[in-house]
Amino acid sequence: MRRAGPLLLLAAALPLLVGASKPRLVPDVSESRIEIQYSFTGVELLLFGAILYPGGRVPSEQADIAIVVKGPLQPLRVREKQKVAGIWMNVDSARFRSAPSFYAVASSRPLSKLIDERTAAIYELGLQNLQLSPGPGQSADVQRRFETGFVDLMQRHSLYVEDPRGVQITDGVLYRARVFIPARVPVGNYTAETFLIKDGRVMAGAVRDIRIEKRGFERFVARAAQRWSLAYGLVAVGLALLFGWAAAALFRRA
Amino acid sequence: MDVYLPIAGLSVNALVIVALGGVVGLLTGMIGVGGGFLTTPILIFYGIPPAVAVASATTQITGTSVSGMLAHRRRKGVDYRMGGVIIVGGLLGAVAGGAIFRLLQDVGQIDTAISLLYVVLLGSIGVMMAKEAATALDIIKTKPGRKPPRRHNPFIASLPMRWRFYQSGLYISPLAPLMLGFCAGMLTVLLGVGGGFVLVPAMIYLLGMSAQVVVGTSLLQILAVTAATTLIHATTTKSVDVVLAALLLLGSVIGAQVGARLAQKAKPELLRMFLAIIILGVAFRMALGLGWRPEEIYTMELL
Repeated sequence: MRRAGPLLLLAAALPLLVGASKPRLVPDVSESRIEIQYSFTGVELLLFGAILYPGGRVPSEQADIAIVVKGPLQPLRVREKQKVAGIWMNVDSARFRSAPSFYAVASSRPLSKLIDERTAAIYELGLQNLQLSPGPGQSADVQRRFETGFVDLMQRHSLYVEDPRGVQITDGVLYRARVFIPARVPVGNYTAETFLIKDGRVMAGAVRDIRIEKRGFERFVARAAQRWSLAYGLVAVGLALLFGWAAAALFRRA
Repeated sequence: MDVYLPIAGLSVNALVIVALGGVVGLLTGMIGVGGGFLTTPILIFYGIPPAVAVASATTQITGTSVSGMLAHRRRKGVDYRMGGVIIVGGLLGAVAGGAIFRLLQDVGQIDTAISLLYVVLLGSIGVMMAKEAATALDIIKTKPGRKPPRRHNPFIASLPMRWRFYQSGLYISPLAPLMLGFCAGMLTVLLGVGGGFVLVPAMIYLLGMSAQVVVGTSLLQILAVTAATTLIHATTTKSVDVVLAALLLLGSVIGAQVGARLAQKAKPELLRMFLAIIILGVAFRMALGLGWRPEEIYTMELL
């Protein structure tokens, strides 16, 4: 397996890294730079690493791992449809100041069995514990309703994912998980956070950065649309005219 | 074959988009409607953000109408004087439509407004066309003794300042086509359609234009107004996806040529009946969508 290479290397380096007093995490990602190109349909990230125990002694009772991949935060408005005079239309809405554009959490056991709700809320572990920073002026249960609706919407688009058995731990020291990043995620800086959890407490944590960006032609087009919008529009119209004229000319000859 | 759309920010199957363009182009060439009323809803259904769907469909319509217009120009089927008047109205309408679009967007009712407009417009035009085509095809018998329909609408005949439109065979006030163009231009911005499905029947039944120049002239107006609308979208909403537009164009310009050829062989009444059925189908689907409990109660919008 191609991806087993880094894992083996890590395992070989283990004896050199031990010696600290508290357990440590050494995480890594298969790709820390994801480039969006013409046929990008999403990417499967492999998140892996090692747990370093002081003195290299693996405790008899196994600890658990939770991994969170989070996309850039976005301010947004969520609208809710209700039936008015026989027609479903937007009636109510709520604002959230910082909702992650992507959020995937994988863990070695279901999160509810690993930690209590308060700890989960502190570390933003699990879809119920996202800090969306709702806008002012709405009661708590209305906010709750909109949050549930929003999280459900994002789950259906595979932008919010919870995988309660997504992390495999080998021999108590090596762990790995796969997270799929779909094509419709926005570009920007992503983080992969790894937590070592034992007896309902977070023992250690580590972060790796992932950058997603458009490359080549795709980047050029996206930039042109933003920076030189008039020229971009003229090119689009020109392209349309050219296509139409070319087809007419071709068919007349045929 | 997956292709990543840089502005829409997702991947689509290129062949599906080209095929969609092809079907729409076929309709354009055969009947003279832009087919935007099919493209935009299907693109949205496919998962493309509505703003990108509307803007890119507009670009596609420009290309299709050039192709169709050139074919009609060779047959002297374009009245430039009439076209010019309608275009001026269309550009004014596009500007007004843009303002209404932003207003509706701010209050969050743009989706509902678009669906309602589709249902009302397509429903009434579909019924009107179906009835007319059925009469022409002798499916419906006109009752004897009934007055033949008037060629000139009394309201339009009462407007001041008449001009002569030789190719259309009309002597009417330019205010009538100006208003017509205004309505079509508004629809272009609001619905991402060329407005041909409003223009063509209105030119025939309201203005009484001679049938040979109706399709070519309506295509000329669509060409000018969609080109302007693409520029408006590119500079304000920045949601024109060139890759998406190119894929749609590839299918539709070829479809338009094939359609124009087919149109010369088929009976025009049959074509209009065919279009009426499609229009009623889309209207019915949209009406269902308004009344049915939608799959997504919640929608989100980036601020």
